[in-house]
Amino acid sequence: MPITIQRETGLKVLTPPLADEEVLALHAGDEVLVTGYIYTARDAAHKRMYEALERGESLPFDIRGQIIYYVGPTPAKPGKVIGSAGPTTSGRVDKYTPRLYEAGLKASIGKGDRNQAVREALQNHKGIYLAAYAGTGVLISRNIKEVQPVAYEDLGTEAIVRLRVESFPCTVMNDAYGKDLFQMAKEQWQRVRVG
Amino acid sequence: MKELHVDRVAETVSRLCREANNHLPPDVLQALERAQAKEESKAGKRIISLILENAKAAADEEEPLCQDTGTTVVFLEVGQDVHVVGGALSEAINAGVRRGYQEGFLRKSIAAHPFTKRLNTRDNTPSIIHAEIVPGDQLKIGVLTKGGGAENMSRMAMLKPSDGREGIVNFVLETVSRAGGNACPPSIIGLGIGGTYDYVAYLAKKAITRPLGQPSPDPDNATLERDLLEKVNDLGIGPLGFGGRVTALAVHVESYPCHIASLPVAVNIQCHSARYKKAVL
Repeated sequence: MPITIQRETGLKVLTPPLADEEVLALHAGDEVLVTGYIYTARDAAHKRMYEALERGESLPFDIRGQIIYYVGPTPAKPGKVIGSAGPTTSGRVDKYTPRLYEAGLKASIGKGDRNQAVREALQNHKGIYLAAYAGTGVLISRNIKEVQPVAYEDLGTEAIVRLRVESFPCTVMNDAYGKDLFQMAKEQWQRVRVG
Repeated sequence: MKELHVDRVAETVSRLCREANNHLPPDVLQALERAQAKEESKAGKRIISLILENAKAAADEEEPLCQDTGTTVVFLEVGQDVHVVGGALSEAINAGVRRGYQEGFLRKSIAAHPFTKRLNTRDNTPSIIHAEIVPGDQLKIGVLTKGGGAENMSRMAMLKPSDGREGIVNFVLETVSRAGGNACPPSIIGLGIGGTYDYVAYLAKKAITRPLGQPSPDPDNATLERDLLEKVNDLGIGPLGFGGRVTALAVHVESYPCHIASLPVAVNIQCHSARYKKAVL
């Protein structure tokens, strides 16, 4: 869906499915809001999706244009949609990620930096990597309005579910042009170099 | 000899698991407020504000601060005049963890076997229990709910005695630099020095539990803590790796005598959601 601008904040609002032109309009350092449906997956679900693709099977959902959020929430209390739901470390799924961008994934949301292979996949397949604000899981849970099971329910907190999110705040860390906000930030602020 | 029933232990551990996960301790909140004032980067300042806002929301709504409610690490100080009755102490601790995580709607994050099927034990047990025998008739229980992200970025090394203080400093900087935003900075750096291969890691973890703002009573360790904090913050990683002046809230050093041939060093990184609660029975 085309990118819109939220009037109160002036921030870009991303709504999947995303097309190449939307991805190309985003740059490392952009603060954005995500509204619409996104899919959760962590280590175990990634392994299964990767293996399915390697066997030539289809994925449990149509991944083209979609956004995956790396999260394993706490159980929802009665009357709540979801528990605490901040991002987990993205680097643990780096091994599987390029294959998913190749299959049509457009964005992933997590915390921490990505390896060289993922950064190249973002350039080759026109994708972006976003960071959500780690350790603010209670605040993030307020942006999650609906939770629907999709696949791998036996994985418990690691199952794939579809979330309906509203104005979920993130920052573009890696864009499709090879820019990396982690690297840029370090260069700007570091006073001492290590090994 | 004071008798202490295991039911009281289980009940206390259960309560500590919930309190630790939902309420950031006052010393951590104060350190974050100081960090917020000190931070110069706009993104960094904004992130610390969100962290503080999240802590308030978690406390108000009794929700876990973070979705990673951690491995439950239990520190015991067992008074030698305490007699535990009614069952096994370690079983009581795990019963408390089981109850706390179930009743508290906390995430269960323990894989039963580390490299085979990694099936979830579904109750966050077993916990990791460290026990020290001390004089007296009290049982002190500390519960640290340790997230996986920062734990994964921790490292240890057997340095040469000739590497000395400089070797230690370099190892810490290298570790924190490699961890980057993955360890959820601003972090607390637990640094263990000395002892043996196994003991140094325990020292590093114990260092995390020391209240923030309280320097080591050993003057050499206290100086090392100050120097390291400045150097770590010069790495520029900043809150969540977005760049800035505050990469760590504190460096805590715990040292112990060691073999004439050895210089064990361990760096245990604690994320900004530093969740530790204790009780005395």
